[in-house]
Amino acid sequence: MRYSALKVFAQALTGNKGWKPVWREPEPKAEYDVVIVGGGGHGLSTAYYLAKEFGVTNVAVVEKGWLGSGNIGRNTTIIRSNYLLPGNEPFYELSLKLWEGLEQDFNYNAMVSQRGILNLAHNDPQRDGYARRGNAMLMAGADAVLLDEDGIREMCPYLDFDNARFPIRGALWQPRGGTVRHDAVAWGYGRGADQRGVDLVQNCEVTGFQIENGVCMGVETAKGPIRAKKVAVCVAGSSGRVMAKAGMRLPIESHVLQAFVSEGLKPTIPGVITFGAGHFYVSQSDKGGLVFGGDIDGYNTYAQRGNLPVVEDVCEGGMAIMPMIGRARLLRMWGGVMDMSMDGSPFIDRTHIDGLYFNGGWCYGGFKATPASGYCYAHLLAKDEPHPTATEMRLDRFRRGHMIDEKGVGAQPNLH
Amino acid sequence: MIINHPLLGPRDASEFTYLGDASLIDRPDWQTDNAQELFHEYLYLRDNPAGEHRELWFHEQGDRSWLVVTRSTLTHEITKVELARDVAISRRRDE
Repeated sequence: MRYSALKVFAQALTGNKGWKPVWREPEPKAEYDVVIVGGGGHGLSTAYYLAKEFGVTNVAVVEKGWLGSGNIGRNTTIIRSNYLLPGNEPFYELSLKLWEGLEQDFNYNAMVSQRGILNLAHNDPQRDGYARRGNAMLMAGADAVLLDEDGIREMCPYLDFDNARFPIRGALWQPRGGTVRHDAVAWGYGRGADQRGVDLVQNCEVTGFQIENGVCMGVETAKGPIRAKKVAVCVAGSSGRVMAKAGMRLPIESHVLQAFVSEGLKPTIPGVITFGAGHFYVSQSDKGGLVFGGDIDGYNTYAQRGNLPVVEDVCEGGMAIMPMIGRARLLRMWGGVMDMSMDGSPFIDRTHIDGLYFNGGWCYGGFKATPASGYCYAHLLAKDEPHPTATEMRLDRFRRGHMIDEKGVGAQPNLH
Repeated sequence: MIINHPLLGPRDASEFTYLGDASLIDRPDWQTDNAQELFHEYLYLRDNPAGEHRELWFHEQGDRSWLVVTRSTLTHEITKVELARDVAISRRRDE
């Protein structure tokens, strides 16, 4: 069913009794051209673009839980393309361009809201760094504006501009950044893939890989074996656990990132504000809650919860830069498991096992990458060559010395 | 999390900084033929288990000792804490 304003109107007049389930719930077939392991944002967008852009429709997405039950359902919904390095920036700009056309493309309301993202600077070197980053963004076709103090005051008069430790002196502003309704992204991609013949199989955990003579022939699942010409793993957060079943060790550690939502407040924050020096970032949802977060907890964990020292640290960061939030009450908080890679950048690549592909290592930045990750992964799966914007996201880049280390802190995942 | 320091008793984990998998104690021999391969694995690849994990913590805001903490990555429960020095010495003895 194609959604339109007319449909909504007609359904309203007939008691909304004509809406149908958004996707089928099929049992898996014995064999597919491509089996995608993981029905999160990236897995579903991969299936969608495989079917829509590359004509590969004999595809199954197998998911351990329910669709979108991973980090697409537990993030802070920010989209942006304000990266520096050539291995990253064109990819994230592709993603932002796909976000801009997404709702028309998959005919689903994902509430893409380009309300802008502001990265605060506190001193000259940081401002110089942002000038350089802004230029790198412009060269990749993105948008970037360097703001001075007055420019920020106009937008956010309530910030603590004369903070003793971190006075606000400038900012990098990306007007095309913003937020998106995260669950709707998964649902929209899932619906679009299903309509084009992709089987979305839920409650179907992958328990092993069928690897014969160095070739991956399929997967073992809770619903029996499924043969596949290509198996595409896409399970960021659980990459270590899943790829261990194929005997692989990865340049990844799993860490927890916490996020927070305050009670609903009147509209006050126009876009996304990031305070990188203290690590606090915040936006305001359409319901009015302040959605904010900060650093990862910093130790290996698969538990989807963090500890209190980071809660305190994040709230201190918020108070330092935006004292007005001191009287807002915290409504809820949660933790999500991140694939923290050795250089802070992701992987979209083949593995050394023929027929087995890997997408992961998204650190805490996977949500914004959802469209481009799916598009580039589908490109790799369909054509067996990487998309031009994702050529650097290789698993062997550490061996070759071609890290994509935006932060320049080396092989220490909890510092990225 | 509370880390039961072998010398100082129970200390809050926020006094420590975290390095990573305790396999970082086992630095490869740079003179072996396949040293490049071994260092790639040592520096960049991790087991990253879901369950028991042995890891290095540094008591930065305490006695500045390195500890090997055995902790579950599923529950955060800590089952064993040793001085990294003792672990390293006993591993060398085993060789």
